[in-house]
Amino acid sequence: MASLIPCPHCGKRPKEEFTVKGAVLDRPAADATPNAWMDYVYLRDNPRGRYDEYWHHTSGCRRWLVITRDTATHEIEASRDAALARE
Amino acid sequence: MTSYRLESGGLIDRQSRLSFTFDGKRMLGFAGDSLASALLANGCQLVGRSFKYHRPRGILTAGAAEPNALMTIGQGGRTEPNTRATMQELYQGLEAASQNRWPSLDFDIGSFNSLLSPFLGAGFYYKTFMWPAAFWEKVYEPFIRKAAGLGKASYEKDPDTYEKAWAHCDLLLIGAGPTGLAAALTAGRSGARVILVDEQSMIGGSLLSDTARIGEASATDFVLTAKAELESLSNVTILTRTTAFGWYDGNVFGAVERVQKHVAIPNAKAPVERLWRIVAKQALLATGAEERPLVFGGNDIPGVMMATAMRSYLNRYGVAPGRQVAIFTTNDSGYALALDLEARGIVPVAIVDSRAGGNPAYTGKARIVKGAVVSDAKGGKALSSIVILKDGRTENLKVDALAMSGGFSPVIHLACHRGGKPVWSDAEAAFLAPQQLNGLQIAGAALSTGNGIAACLSEGAAKAAVLVSEMGFACTAASFGAVEGDMSARPEKPLWSVPGVKGKAFVDYQNDVTRKDLGLAVREGYGHVELAKRYTTSGMATDQGKLSNINAIGLLAEARGISPGDVGTTTFRPFYTPVSFGALAGAYHGTHFQPVRKSPLHEWAKKTGAVFVETGLWYRSSWFPRDGESTWRESVDREVLNIRKNAGLCDVSMLGKIEICGKDSAEFLNRVYSNAFLKLPVGKARYGLMLREDGMIYDDGTTSRLSDEHFFMTTTTAYAAGVMNHLEFCAQALWPDLDVRLASSTDQWAQMAIAGPKARTTLEKIVEEDISNAAFPFLAAKEVSLCGGQLHGRLFRISFSGELAFELAVPAGFGESIADALMEAGREHGIQPYGVEALGVLRIEKGHVTHNEINGTVVPGDLGFGKMVSQAKPDFIGKAMVGREGLVSADRPQLVGVLPLDPKTSFRSGSHILAKGAAATLENDQGYITSSAYSPHVGSTIGLALVKSGSTRHGEEVLVWNGLREEFTPARLCNPVFVDQANEKLHV
Repeated sequence: MASLIPCPHCGKRPKEEFTVKGAVLDRPAADATPNAWMDYVYLRDNPRGRYDEYWHHTSGCRRWLVITRDTATHEIEASRDAALARE
Repeated sequence: MTSYRLESGGLIDRQSRLSFTFDGKRMLGFAGDSLASALLANGCQLVGRSFKYHRPRGILTAGAAEPNALMTIGQGGRTEPNTRATMQELYQGLEAASQNRWPSLDFDIGSFNSLLSPFLGAGFYYKTFMWPAAFWEKVYEPFIRKAAGLGKASYEKDPDTYEKAWAHCDLLLIGAGPTGLAAALTAGRSGARVILVDEQSMIGGSLLSDTARIGEASATDFVLTAKAELESLSNVTILTRTTAFGWYDGNVFGAVERVQKHVAIPNAKAPVERLWRIVAKQALLATGAEERPLVFGGNDIPGVMMATAMRSYLNRYGVAPGRQVAIFTTNDSGYALALDLEARGIVPVAIVDSRAGGNPAYTGKARIVKGAVVSDAKGGKALSSIVILKDGRTENLKVDALAMSGGFSPVIHLACHRGGKPVWSDAEAAFLAPQQLNGLQIAGAALSTGNGIAACLSEGAAKAAVLVSEMGFACTAASFGAVEGDMSARPEKPLWSVPGVKGKAFVDYQNDVTRKDLGLAVREGYGHVELAKRYTTSGMATDQGKLSNINAIGLLAEARGISPGDVGTTTFRPFYTPVSFGALAGAYHGTHFQPVRKSPLHEWAKKTGAVFVETGLWYRSSWFPRDGESTWRESVDREVLNIRKNAGLCDVSMLGKIEICGKDSAEFLNRVYSNAFLKLPVGKARYGLMLREDGMIYDDGTTSRLSDEHFFMTTTTAYAAGVMNHLEFCAQALWPDLDVRLASSTDQWAQMAIAGPKARTTLEKIVEEDISNAAFPFLAAKEVSLCGGQLHGRLFRISFSGELAFELAVPAGFGESIADALMEAGREHGIQPYGVEALGVLRIEKGHVTHNEINGTVVPGDLGFGKMVSQAKPDFIGKAMVGREGLVSADRPQLVGVLPLDPKTSFRSGSHILAKGAAATLENDQGYITSSAYSPHVGSTIGLALVKSGSTRHGEEVLVWNGLREEFTPARLCNPVFVDQANEKLHV
């Protein structure tokens, strides 16, 4: 039912405030190969364990976050603002 | 004889009499009674009928695991079925009704099922109702549904309110028995934030039913002293009537507090139930242990009861179970009861102990039969005798009550909610909680059933001290005086199969599963614990097998010749006990679940006579009927024709609006739209197409450049929130290096479309600036002064209708007065309000697309927007994939217009297109109608469609086929623009 997501801006907040988008992937360059684009748009790993995902604090600060969580235990290891996570 | 109230004793207030009814019969109880204790005090032992065989059933327990005494409480919208009488506090005027009986509890027609029981064993439904298949829906299922089922829910609206709340603490204590109390006192004195929850109306747990003495005080006085101290500590929160029902990720616990389920008329200003989500740094599970029934014949006859339950009724409620009481036990629990009974002047007629050894500490007067069992209990609606089997010989004994104890199981449900599996212990003869749980520890009888009161007190205190010390609180474990008179039971060898059983021996009381059914499941190959559960339905009732699962596992283990640990358990899942839908919904029902969004022009539309339609959360004006118009079509046709002839005003405030600011705004838009925006001049609007990365169109709308670094975007109504999320993702996650900031301003602006040949002359009366065609041409956009400079707004020359048209945005609070001013200004020109129906007709006539066409499967080329996919831009969302082979092929579905050959005929949206002469099969499907309307301008139904290679098939005769209604309409494909194909009207 309930779990809390740590937002780097707002602190721990109920997961109902967030929207999950999915895997954090590097967007290929416009001239990347069709295969690179197919992988980016359609291909997803389904790991058991550590996974980086984009989460949006939709009903909060409206920042996009990179959340590192364990898909088996649901433990959240890290949470960063998506803009800073790229640096 | 039956059960009765004792002259004295118990934690009840004998001065406070409460009257209540059971099946319409008036009875009396006392404050402090449970419904179950009050019924027993009134000699009412038959309280329900069983699920399958409709057997008479009595009260088995005094707590949350009760499988038999399920009742419907309350009237009208407050009706609550399947309430456990053992958990319901008595209140003045309580109305309870028994369930699953007809015509009455005493004479129940369904009990004839008992005679059929040889045929009603496990798997009966699967084996019997197999054929003919057609019978299932019409005969079998309605029959089974009528016969089965317990209480019935009310169809009336629940008049009460519910709420949800969060709580945070250092230490959460679940259960306020000796373990929980000792832990609460220890942690509370250290200053840590403590929450103590207990499902009962008062704290104390098993101590409330115990006669032991703790440090010179009675168990009850000990509880009262502890309660007073805990209540004096501001860092301790006590939640009684609160069941912790689940353990969730992040050490969050779900709990439901029954705030007002113990009163006749709840205070309307408070909720009846409150759903808690408790975030705990650490939690201690102090839920104690559950006594196990014994599986002998007739173990369900009213008068048979758990031994600890009988102690509760005696000690806590002052109710005796009968006058001739026998006890059947496998452990010392039965002797503790015997002493309590004797203290009340009821010497048990026999203690039947399955052990050859028995209890040396017992000094009472009861006859003890060692190495014996009760093989059968006899009686119909009340217990009359038992059969004792010892050394192969039987003895009949007249009794009116029988207590049973098959040992104890720790209550470890919550500890298993996050994936941990219970572990079998031979020493404990029980399943124990999984080890090493993160954030949750277990103490007291929930950890080991051998823990008596003294061990529970010291262990609760010690564990709490360690937990809060680790958090940095200075803490020492509380100590309590010596415990006297506690006869807690040591774990003993369990007795799964009672020998010599003749009658029906129930394992799962609530679902009527017998020992025989489990044997049958094993013989038929369903011996795996998960299969046996489903084959026999054991453990699948609302009590989730709290009493029965352990016996079922023991019997399966015996039948298969393996250890219970190898049989294993089924999965423990929330909720521990049933939680009402009301509590789960909280305040989120009705308009709090689906709020109403009203445009700033709602009141204007309402006073102007709009008929509203719900679109998503929005209420939009759909048309504005006038006197004499009897159908909606008459109103819509008039509105449409008037716009093409004069002018109309439409509320378009619900379009999504986003302010985009920053140095790189133009570059940002260039990347999110497929067409070019970098060089959009200040003062201009442009229609933009937004793609997804896979090349499909996501949304469309106009974006205007108000200044170098300030753009104003509109989105479709439905995708307003989605586009905002998407843009934020692009700005923050994809291109954080761009200087761009986004703000949704949908609710800040009242926006209206003024369309028609007279639109300009109308607007000129309130807009100060020159808006002539030369000064303010098609796609112009700028801030304007209104009404003599009193107000500023934004004016856009854009058109959805194909007419000369403007959209005017003003600050939301001024919407209504500006709409009034425009209607007044346009009155001499014949301006009329129009709604979304007319808007739809106008745009279909003009071939403009909406999400009917942009349905997630189309690329720009499909809609004739191929030129809006920039070849020059280095990158934009969707660029890489929009050119894929399959998305540019010549036989893509493409946008076309459709006209019926006979203008008197029509077709519906969703109908499919067949080539002329082709058979009506899906193989011949050429596409489908995406939008259709009656066009008063054309004089017939018109449609837009996505048809294979549609753009090259204008003029072709086709057949429109509605396969759902078997309608066929001969039609012709055509240019999707039905009005002003040269776009001259836009530019006047």
